[in-house]
Amino acid sequence: MKELWEGNQAIAEAALRAGLEAYFGYPITPQTELLEYLSRKMPELGRAFVQAESEIGTINMVYGAASGGARAMTSSSSPGISLMQEGISYIVGSEVPAVIVDMMRGGPGLGNIAPGQADYFQLTKGGGHGDYHPIVLAPWSVQEAVDLTIGAFDLAEKYRHVVILAADGNIGQMMEPVEMPAPRKIEKRDRGWELTGAINREHRLISSIYLQPEVLHKHNEKIQAKQRAIEQNQVRYHEFLMDDAEYAVIAFGTSARVAHTAITWARAKGIRVGLHRPISLYPFPYARVAEISKRVRAILVVEMNAGQMLEDVRLGVAERVPVSFYGVMGGRVPFPDEVLPEIEKLVNSVH
Amino acid sequence: MLTDDMQVVYECPDALTDVITHYCPGCTHGVIHRLIAEVLDEMGIREKTIGVAPVGCSVFIYNYFDCDFAQAAHGRAPAMATGLKRVHPDRVVFTYQGDGDLAAIGTAEIIHAAARGENISVFFVNNAVYGMTGGQMAPTTLPGMKTTSSPTGRDVELAGFPLRVSELLAQMTGAAYVVRRSVHDPGNINKTKKAIRNALNVQLNQAGFSLVEILSSCPTNWGTSALDALKFVKEQMLPFYPLGDYKVADSAKSFIVG
Amino acid sequence: MQHEIIISGFGGQGALFAGQLIAYGALAEDRHVTWIPSYGPEMRGGTAHCTVIISDQEIGSPLVRRPTAALVMNPPSFERYEPAIQPGGILVANANLIATVSARADIRAFAIKANEIATEFGSPQLANMVLTGALVTATGMLKLETLDYVLNERISARHRDKLALNKQCLRRGAALV
Repeated sequence: MKELWEGNQAIAEAALRAGLEAYFGYPITPQTELLEYLSRKMPELGRAFVQAESEIGTINMVYGAASGGARAMTSSSSPGISLMQEGISYIVGSEVPAVIVDMMRGGPGLGNIAPGQADYFQLTKGGGHGDYHPIVLAPWSVQEAVDLTIGAFDLAEKYRHVVILAADGNIGQMMEPVEMPAPRKIEKRDRGWELTGAINREHRLISSIYLQPEVLHKHNEKIQAKQRAIEQNQVRYHEFLMDDAEYAVIAFGTSARVAHTAITWARAKGIRVGLHRPISLYPFPYARVAEISKRVRAILVVEMNAGQMLEDVRLGVAERVPVSFYGVMGGRVPFPDEVLPEIEKLVNSVH
Repeated sequence: MLTDDMQVVYECPDALTDVITHYCPGCTHGVIHRLIAEVLDEMGIREKTIGVAPVGCSVFIYNYFDCDFAQAAHGRAPAMATGLKRVHPDRVVFTYQGDGDLAAIGTAEIIHAAARGENISVFFVNNAVYGMTGGQMAPTTLPGMKTTSSPTGRDVELAGFPLRVSELLAQMTGAAYVVRRSVHDPGNINKTKKAIRNALNVQLNQAGFSLVEILSSCPTNWGTSALDALKFVKEQMLPFYPLGDYKVADSAKSFIVG
Repeated sequence: MQHEIIISGFGGQGALFAGQLIAYGALAEDRHVTWIPSYGPEMRGGTAHCTVIISDQEIGSPLVRRPTAALVMNPPSFERYEPAIQPGGILVANANLIATVSARADIRAFAIKANEIATEFGSPQLANMVLTGALVTATGMLKLETLDYVLNERISARHRDKLALNKQCLRRGAALV
């Protein structure tokens, strides 16, 4: 049965149903409702909840809880995610699973609290020190945010890696009908690495320190092999009216919703344009974008930033066709009537 | 070979691994490690203990203890320990932190762990200097004390004053047991061991946050002999960092000895 | 048909709740729906608005620049949204607070003395229900009975004694368009 859910609360509920055992958070608009929701629910369910002193605190609590084998999550918005980058790097280096929700807002600096997508670089390209990419999933609706939240825990555990749900303030605040999945049972599990006390076994260590260069190199090779496996197996995207498209719009999250409407309008004007929407921002669907670039005449990228995913699109397109860009940077969602003229310009530019 | 007329009076605690440590000659980290290990053995809690290692000289503490360990980011051990303890409330979780880790970069984490009354134990080793990076000024460096980043001595006009951590944390309602000890002579070593035991006992009885600050020596970075370093602890550090029980909350009193 | 509604008023006038009521109604009628509020500093004491989109198809942009209908409860909302309404669209305005009357010939405008009416019912805070009844009926986006159902399901225990009054206010508004 579908129910109306606000994005932040829906993600919180989805995490609970995925078996979230420990949540650590810090208030920041526009994700505070997620923290508030779990501040009620987690204690009721006898699960761990702490409102920490900072996002540095939350991510390191996640690091601790995840090292203890628990399904752990934190959530924040852009400036808070910046603070977490140190911890994210440690979690990746130590290979413990963790889920992070980023309700992106406008930056840089304090920026504003309105929806933005300018965390693309810091989320997909590493963000902290060292060689790594977290898995980054970008929902465009509340239902998809719920589904990806559940999936995020599975991916995090499968790869012992950080998975970030990259939404924006718009998705956090929006209410939409949602089909909530059934709650999962939390099973006691020992996967051979979690810290539970060395009872009748050798002691274990969760660490990211490898002092010998050759040992660190090997450790990094292992992480890189994992990244390649993620790139092979976890690419996700969604397309709309791409079958006969002569032009493509590439956008993610809320920008893709806006592009979807603009594309519908452009089709009504006889323009054969479709939408390619990366759902996994890392791993980015380079191969699919390359295929698209072989059969369309031009591509428009729409983002709520100055052109961050644009760079990945260009890598995929490899200059086969022109790529143009439309971005808004005020921490705001563009309207479809801004995107439609960009599609028309794109068409005119190649005629 | 042990014969009938011999008895074991000194051996490696079960909680320590049979590994030669990397600590400099004369450093008291080894003494403090041993005290913790002896207490884990005596209390029979080695198997249920999870340690959290800091960044600093004692970064490799996990190599020396035969118990589960996590390696925290610099200063974040209390936050990491919070995560571990909250998902394993029936385990014993302790952090082992130096003064740079705890009293500079990790100040927010330690204060809030204490304020929350987080049921963990913290062993805070104060040697008034950044050891691992080669002897720079620490938040606990004494006024006038020379370090590689205060070459003419800590000038309080420029660098401000040292932090007295035990006095600070004793203000926290959530802190159950906060004491300062020293390991500069055998009598104080014994007192330190008792305090370590008290701290862990407080945790085992869910009485709240416990911290033992331990004044320690660093002959290498102080540029002294091992013996002179212990003398420095006694003569220079003790007056500035008086030993004592700074907080024994009512909730903790029945779990404290001595 | 896609209904793109903006509901706007001072914080406390019930703009967001009216939008949620409509959104729950759309869900009850098994339609696609999005509800999105203004959030942030403007929530604190200033004008609060929400956008509700109801459609028989998947909804793209959850925000609209030119709504098919607007429900405005205070003068700043009137100034902002009355000119934005699509030609052929609908404006419902609270005439007790908005002295201006729409001069647009290409929209259907209803100026309703909602405060007065709600006060007649003994519950001035139900002005938003009077206006919602008018909006829903003028646009034909939902059945009034659906809103009854939603109210039955969702009204809080604290306000349950006003359930019948809520429904009456909806109907009174509906009768004015």
